[in-house]
Amino acid sequence: MEKTWNNKAWFFVLPVLLLVAFSAVIPLMTVVNYSVQDTFGNNQFFWNGTEWFKEILTSERFHDSLIRNLIFSGLILAIEIPLGIIVALAMPKKGFWVSVCLVLMALPLLIPWNVVGTIWQVFGRTDIGLLGYTVDALGIDYNYVADPFAAWVTVIVMDVWHWTSLVVLLCYAGLVSIPDAYYQAAKIDGASRWAVFRYIQLPKMGRVLLIAVLLRFMDSFMIYTEPFVVTGGGPGNSTTFLSIDLVKLAIGQFNLGEAAAMSLVYFLIILALSWVFYTVMTNAGTDKPVKEISE
Amino acid sequence: MARIRLDHIRHAYTPELAKADNYALREVDTTFADGGAYALLGPSGCGKTTLLNIISGLLTPSNGHVRFDDTDVTMLTPEARNIAQVFQFPVIYDTMTVRENLAFPLKNRKVPADEIQRRVADMLRRIGLEKKADRKARGLTADEKQKISLGRGLVRSDVNAILFDEPLTVIDPHMKWQLRSELKQLHREFQMTMVYVTHDQTEALTFADKVVVMYAGEVVQIGTPEELFERPQHTFVGYFIGSPGMNLLPCALEGGAAVVSGQRIALPASIGPVAAGKTTELGIRPEFVSLVPRGQGIPVQIDKVEDIGSERIVRARLGDTRLSAVLDEDREIPAEADVAFTQEQLNLYADSWLVARR
Repeated sequence: MEKTWNNKAWFFVLPVLLLVAFSAVIPLMTVVNYSVQDTFGNNQFFWNGTEWFKEILTSERFHDSLIRNLIFSGLILAIEIPLGIIVALAMPKKGFWVSVCLVLMALPLLIPWNVVGTIWQVFGRTDIGLLGYTVDALGIDYNYVADPFAAWVTVIVMDVWHWTSLVVLLCYAGLVSIPDAYYQAAKIDGASRWAVFRYIQLPKMGRVLLIAVLLRFMDSFMIYTEPFVVTGGGPGNSTTFLSIDLVKLAIGQFNLGEAAAMSLVYFLIILALSWVFYTVMTNAGTDKPVKEISE
Repeated sequence: MARIRLDHIRHAYTPELAKADNYALREVDTTFADGGAYALLGPSGCGKTTLLNIISGLLTPSNGHVRFDDTDVTMLTPEARNIAQVFQFPVIYDTMTVRENLAFPLKNRKVPADEIQRRVADMLRRIGLEKKADRKARGLTADEKQKISLGRGLVRSDVNAILFDEPLTVIDPHMKWQLRSELKQLHREFQMTMVYVTHDQTEALTFADKVVVMYAGEVVQIGTPEELFERPQHTFVGYFIGSPGMNLLPCALEGGAAVVSGQRIALPASIGPVAAGKTTELGIRPEFVSLVPRGQGIPVQIDKVEDIGSERIVRARLGDTRLSAVLDEDREIPAEADVAFTQEQLNLYADSWLVARR
């Protein structure tokens, strides 16, 4: 059969191609361009091959930020996902309080990120901050400016405060979509509260939980503004996560080549991990290859 | 298995509605015999699902008592009542296999493992899902899922009753017949009290030994399919059951005869007297209306004839009143004819309720 060729289609795709080119492809290619070159100033660039990549992959500083960031993401996922589910389960399903709860939950999500940082920076101060003052008055030595542990606690609590609502809202949406008949059937089947959660609520929340985990992982792995405002990556380098490190490298030290290489590695790590999460979570519940029992 | 006694049940969904005398169930007082198959039939909003949920214990009635045999279960939870319920949409546990789904209610009741295995295997055979026993339940078709829901009820052999809430709504038409006959078969085998809610008269009439017709929060008639057809206790039953429904002709009474649009129609002598001041209607099934040559019956005007394959429906007018007749396919239909009624099948209604025969 003869295929009809019609090049008109290109005109329809062109606007999107241009948009994507300017917003993503060209900037990304610029980064690729920097990552394989070196400069000694005067806007003169030299071919540098894969040297920057080798350097970044063997850099102890990069390893440290990467590990810090992985621990951070792991911790906030381990706290926010279960906490979000618990809060969503505790929220009322109908009546006046539903809208009150939803608005309260949505509030932290509406606050600009650097404002969140500023709020917690002040909140945690031992001289004028309510939280810092209270903890200090309880006799606990708390100083996020000097103590790495206190700094970590502050940054994590801040992230939990800021983002658990997102998990709650997603889970709540999953929960309210479960028809009443499921709960009634479970009651009749004599299911315990735990069984209802395990066999009805959790499976029905699967989809939204996947989205919640992906969003929270990607966001936390790219976190910049809030810890930058609160701790500036300190004390020392103790809260220097990947993007804070990247900015230091690129703009602080103006090491464009190495920063570009780091950006690309960073990007690939996020892509790879998200893909792993997605595959694992979508495959977890599906059937194994169907085995028909032959007669 | 148990006899279900509904002792003066009334239900309003909120106290405010009760105060306004706006009851979803106005008053139901009846008994379902042990091992019987009952259908609750009525249009949407007639209170049939409310009544079912009161029997299952998902709702507590505002007034009255529910008794299983001689035990008052009004305040008991569904679990404590030991009933099973099949819902409109198949409820299955997605992440479990078919086998695990069936074992779930037994496991929750701490039945010994070998006993569970024996009963589940038996149930898988009865509902014909042996080959899919180890598949995840979520991948099955709607009718298979509905069989699992049913199986989860039947697997507990000691249940007091099995309740169905329009269980065939999401099933394809060609599977409906099959599932319904399988259900009937299971009822014969297990001899359990079954209560089946539906708004589909065919479903109710084929499934049930006794059909409970409900209208506006009340039971209007409980009877066998035959009783519902021949002697509807209420004009609603006459209109709701049968297709087309019963002809209802407003009439006046004049010494042993009904007068419809100036035409005298003799009534069976056994029909009792009617107190003065009541609105009277004459009811006759279209199946008992026949066409006779002009001058031999009651003159009507024929509007149209609908051919529905196996038979023909004649739509006519007697004065201002519409009238339908169901006739055999092969009968010649003249353009002008009179109608005759099978006298024994005439029913007289006073204020919508059937006038008793002596």
